[in-house]
Amino acid sequence: MLLKRLSELNGTSGAEGLVRDFLRQQIEPVVDTILVDKIGNLIATKNGRLSGPKVMLSAHMDEVALMIVDITSDGFLKFRSVGGIDARILVSKAVKINETLVGVIGAKAIHLQKRSERQRALHFEQLYIDIGAKSKEEAAGKVKLGDYAYFITKCEPFGEGLYKGKAFDDRVGCAILVELLKNDYDAPLVAAFTVQEEIGLRGAKVVAYTLVPDFAIVIEGTVAADVSDREEEGWVTELGKGPACSLMDRTALYNPELIQWVADLAHARKIPLQFRRGTCGGNDAGPIQVSKSGIPTIVLSVPCRYIHSSVSIISEKDYTACLNLVAELLKELPRKFGVSSIAKEENV
Amino acid sequence: MDLDFARLGELTQIFGPSGSEERVAEFIATQLRPYCDELKTDTLGNLIIQRHGSGRKIMVAAHMDEIGLMITHIDKAGFLRFTPLGGVRIPNLVGQRVKFSNGRIGTIGVENLEKPNDFKLDKLYLDIGVSAREEAEQFVRIGETAVFVGDFVESGSRIIAKALDDRIGCFIAMEALKRTKSIHELAFVFTVQEEIGTRGAKTAAFALEPDLALAVDVTATGDTPKAHPMSVELGRGVGIKVLDRSMVTSPQIKRWMADVATDRNIPFQWEVLEYGGTDSGAIHLSRGGVPSGVLSIPTRYVHSPAEMLDKRDVKAAVNLLVALLESSAEL
Repeated sequence: MLLKRLSELNGTSGAEGLVRDFLRQQIEPVVDTILVDKIGNLIATKNGRLSGPKVMLSAHMDEVALMIVDITSDGFLKFRSVGGIDARILVSKAVKINETLVGVIGAKAIHLQKRSERQRALHFEQLYIDIGAKSKEEAAGKVKLGDYAYFITKCEPFGEGLYKGKAFDDRVGCAILVELLKNDYDAPLVAAFTVQEEIGLRGAKVVAYTLVPDFAIVIEGTVAADVSDREEEGWVTELGKGPACSLMDRTALYNPELIQWVADLAHARKIPLQFRRGTCGGNDAGPIQVSKSGIPTIVLSVPCRYIHSSVSIISEKDYTACLNLVAELLKELPRKFGVSSIAKEENV
Repeated sequence: MDLDFARLGELTQIFGPSGSEERVAEFIATQLRPYCDELKTDTLGNLIIQRHGSGRKIMVAAHMDEIGLMITHIDKAGFLRFTPLGGVRIPNLVGQRVKFSNGRIGTIGVENLEKPNDFKLDKLYLDIGVSAREEAEQFVRIGETAVFVGDFVESGSRIIAKALDDRIGCFIAMEALKRTKSIHELAFVFTVQEEIGTRGAKTAAFALEPDLALAVDVTATGDTPKAHPMSVELGRGVGIKVLDRSMVTSPQIKRWMADVATDRNIPFQWEVLEYGGTDSGAIHLSRGGVPSGVLSIPTRYVHSPAEMLDKRDVKAAVNLLVALLESSAEL
């Protein structure tokens, strides 16, 4: 299964190589051109010679992970997060460094903690990765500063149509993009698998500037908060209610007319759709929308519970509905932009 | 010079939160069509009005959007939850009225709080006078935006209204375009999404590639009881920006603006703003850099439904903008 393989690959910001190689191999038979740009984005095109609006689909390859920044005299590894990780979820997780070396994130055991220590969550400073080395020298022989550590999590189905795994943000987007590229369309299509989203939306900035599409669809994994200790109004998105269409976040405010178009099409095709009812966070749509003289952009996301942790949960229903909805949007786009209602020009 | 402040009154009352500026654009386009050669709306919704000339290409920017709220949730009883659109002052929200694009009005309430410190955004709700979710959905959708209600009032030489930030800039730019006999290539841009990150100005500046740019926007004052120290007062003239969080004005631009103002006896004040920014922040970093300045209108109670400014400063701003556009603009 495509998503399982993508989820289990390791690739954080600036180190997306394994993910990129796998994606390249998957899409090579179904696209016309393929290239890797200077910052590491994987860019594929299809139907470049057809007339019609140039649509860009994008998903980011990088996941959140840890970076080794120091080795203690006892041979423990100190680390920082690459992208936003809640330090409270880290302790006692197994991680993998350089694809072969296993480590465990450790902290003082509960018996040894003072009462005051037990009342406070652990910070990055108090945590370390134990790779079984007995000295600084032994550890330094296996790990370099700047190496990355990834959560070890199998991607598996469970419950009713649910999957658990790591890096669903945004390997779900990558998987959907690969599947979309296998379909036939009668308009030019560009697929951008971007780098460095988690540390500042950097790959997308370069991609949008280079490609200058007429329209962009960003496919993401996003926060689902339909869990027990939150009231309904704080859920942001819910599992099983379809892809979430973004309204506003810290990096972009989406055009109400385009949102309505997406909602109407989903309704007409009987595809479930929800709105992302929160405005925290941001994604590649931010830099894309304001690139050069502006690019109309929408975001559709698969809701993920426990996002940015060692294990998140998605619903297969949402994944499939997201795939189907983007496929329908792609079919409609040439008609929508044939008589563009977004950019109007008038001479007086 | 006579300015038609009733027209400013109309401008302030038009619905135009960030992302939904179309009605403001339509109003401005109707007014300015006789005064320009080209008029268009770009991808993000900026209204770009050009008058051709033989001199330098000067961009004038004023933003059409105002702050507001976006609806994020509707509960079973028909109460709405919301998120701020732009720099909304959360502690001042209770009891305020807001208005949707269809004219529906609601008021903001707060849940019962155990401690005063529990007050925060997610304790607030919007009541639009319905009693069930289905009824609310007839008037409002999730993702829909609303603006604050704040009538236009003239009080002596002062004006009080919502959205003076930055309809006053739109008004000044419109009046300047109508009056100026500039020989330069002029691009007046009425921008979108300034309040949530100067996004419209960014794409417009990229597309237009101006030689120079001037934004017209409001600034704060230091002339109210125990105000944060700031040497800007209502009625003392148009502000010439020295610095804010988005830009430090280049010496050439400051000198040009001050020399023209002095030459024409237009009252001005140097403006140093320790927070906030304007469209010039985005424009001056476009492509290889664009020399940019800001004409600032001293305004009290910015981002409230009752912003206050002084007509004398508005007149000074129109005069200065007209004079700048008619100067040689060789810096």
